[in-house]
Amino acid sequence: MNCTELKEQIERRWSGQAQYGFDASMSTTEVSCSRTVLVEVCRRIVEEWGFSFAGLIVEEGATEWRLRYVFYGAPGAGWMHVLASAPLAEKVFPSVVEWIHGADWHEREAEDLYGVRFEGHPHLGDFVLHNDAWQEGLEPMRRGFDAQAAMRHRRPDADWRPRRIVQEPGAFIMPIGPKFSGVTESVHFLLETVGEDVIRSSTRLFYKWRAVEKLAEGKRVEEVLLLAERFAATTAFAHGLAFSQAVESISGTQVPPRARTLRVFLAELERLRQHAGAIQEICESTALVVATSQAGMLEEELLRVSGELTGHRYLFGLLAPGGLLCDLPTDACRRALGRSQDILQRLNELERRLSISSSFLDRIEEVGAISAVTAKDYSLVGPVARASGLARDLRREQPYCGYDAFNFEVPTEQEGDGFARLRMLFAEARQSVRIMEQATASLKAGEEVCRAPALRAGAALGSVEAPRGATFHWVRIDEGGRIARYRVITPSFANWHSFHLAAENFAFQDFPIILSTFDLSVAENDR
Amino acid sequence: MSQWVIKGIRTGIKTTAYPRGTENAAGVTPGLPLGGGFGAGATALVERCLTHALVPTDGEIAVDSRRCVHCYRCVRGVEHPLNWEPTYEWAGTAPRPTNELGRPFQRSIHILVVDAGDCGACLNEVKQLNNPYYNMHRLGFFITPTPRHADVLLVVGPVTDQMRFALKKVYEAMPTPKRVVAVGACALSGGVFAESFVCANGVADVLPVDLEVPGNPPPPLAILHGLLVAVGRKPPLAPAAGHAPPMAGR
Repeated sequence: MNCTELKEQIERRWSGQAQYGFDASMSTTEVSCSRTVLVEVCRRIVEEWGFSFAGLIVEEGATEWRLRYVFYGAPGAGWMHVLASAPLAEKVFPSVVEWIHGADWHEREAEDLYGVRFEGHPHLGDFVLHNDAWQEGLEPMRRGFDAQAAMRHRRPDADWRPRRIVQEPGAFIMPIGPKFSGVTESVHFLLETVGEDVIRSSTRLFYKWRAVEKLAEGKRVEEVLLLAERFAATTAFAHGLAFSQAVESISGTQVPPRARTLRVFLAELERLRQHAGAIQEICESTALVVATSQAGMLEEELLRVSGELTGHRYLFGLLAPGGLLCDLPTDACRRALGRSQDILQRLNELERRLSISSSFLDRIEEVGAISAVTAKDYSLVGPVARASGLARDLRREQPYCGYDAFNFEVPTEQEGDGFARLRMLFAEARQSVRIMEQATASLKAGEEVCRAPALRAGAALGSVEAPRGATFHWVRIDEGGRIARYRVITPSFANWHSFHLAAENFAFQDFPIILSTFDLSVAENDR
Repeated sequence: MSQWVIKGIRTGIKTTAYPRGTENAAGVTPGLPLGGGFGAGATALVERCLTHALVPTDGEIAVDSRRCVHCYRCVRGVEHPLNWEPTYEWAGTAPRPTNELGRPFQRSIHILVVDAGDCGACLNEVKQLNNPYYNMHRLGFFITPTPRHADVLLVVGPVTDQMRFALKKVYEAMPTPKRVVAVGACALSGGVFAESFVCANGVADVLPVDLEVPGNPPPPLAILHGLLVAVGRKPPLAPAAGHAPPMAGR
């Protein structure tokens, strides 16, 4: 599917109802359509033209709502943005969830934060803003929202009970969280059961909602960069990078080659470290003590490698729009690479040992399976999607930072179970080191690492394959150089959406194992 | 299964010498900026600091480590950078030390960790305390999942509105004597989230805090120091020259 074909099809099908536009510099096709054909356009894009849904961006203009549905992943077709608008007074759009299930949470979030209604959506309300804490109709993301106004809280209702679906004798709901287990992020699960198996599960998120997108509005680029790095800091570099790339697109800045290569090196170092951490959590959830210790040591060593190379264990304070805040010596990168190669050898050994430990395999094989169809329907991303056979990787599909010059594979698995997801982590760790080797070899000395961008008004999408999957940062800068809209679409937001399916029909004791194999971040989801 | 036993024994002991000795391995701490005398460059440095962690006082710069989010703007890309100290014994006593744990708790404590809006990094550093490099069990520190068994409440994150209720409930469910340790810049001052309308400016807005561990995130050794201070086995950080007193700016 190339641009000419797209243009012809769109103009033939919806003449007068949809306009076609193409921005070659960002390889983005923009289809502006009326609300009447919006659902139909989105459906064709996914079902016939093979795009995946990335996310929904709502913007409140001076006089109108602007909705932007972002799609990607059709071979050779770049980005596809579908735009729909309506006057501010008319807050109703048709819901696309019937055809694009991945848009479910995006619409719920927009309804909760902007008050835009989506006709045909089966389940709006109580999402980001919990009903037991906030009054209705708050709409905090709207421009007129007064953050200083008092009286917005409700008292938590002690008699509140979750809705029960399973109505069998002896059925009950096991509530878990928001504070549960040892060192875990705050999230709430309701597991319905008649004794042993989880029959239905639902996840309640956003206990940690910090309103990052609201906080960013009106701030300067360097202030928002701090937020981008820190809202989900286990993958700080990937998110900072996505934000920086959006700013660079707006201002048309070319990042110097050395900075680009260093960015690749650091992004892969972060992926390696995050995957080692995820492997440690999986070992811990199965109570395999020695393996937990071994993986824990590897994670700590990678944190130390990061700390020694860059000063910070989570790679804070390195990115700047236009490049990097400081140069990293090439021989220090070589040292970090050497230690990463050594750590990879030990990861490989760990994988070998795990794959012959029958007690471990009994607990992780065939649990929490996600089918390829589900992965596609839910627009899953990252290792979770790739473990179910969905070969989506932005480094390959929409290369940034010069990833197209690197030689690497996008590993996939077919089973979609816990073990497949674990094997994905090991396989991707190997690819990361492979990329780091090429990056180190191609570093050229004596080049600049930052070209400060000349800021101008505009909007752009920055996209990065973060360790947990594709992340999309939409940035709009106003005439005064301030951030007018910052929308963060994270991999955990996409993957949490499907998690409840994986947990259902398994025994209680499988729940923590399934959870750990998903490698989900609550901070990344809650923002 | 014997392969794991053999592997475990062959790995040997990896645990840090701290707290008996010091830990000098590279990359264990990001360090903290150290203030001092600055001439003409002082104003430029203070302006670069986006979270107001640098406090100018008579040509000198004091550092309020509670606000420092390790953005490195005062070291990278400037002509006269601030010095950073690669230390990790950062835990200080908070303004309102309420209770003493006393002798029964000097040997072993149970710690309840609550995530009140953390970005994941502080929590990950707390998690590292269980890996062989830090192995906090050897010091008698145990993580417990229940408030009923907890002596110390360790809170990370700026305290979001939707976690406020759960956090208070957890605190009230803990038996006395108990202590609250706030970990990370967000838990101390709100960090980069301080201005958010759904975030408190740290744990002290919600609970009485006894101990503060600055850092964004504090490395595992700093958190370990905080726990050691909580049980009286290590002294808290004395406010050194160039460091703003703990409460400056609150």
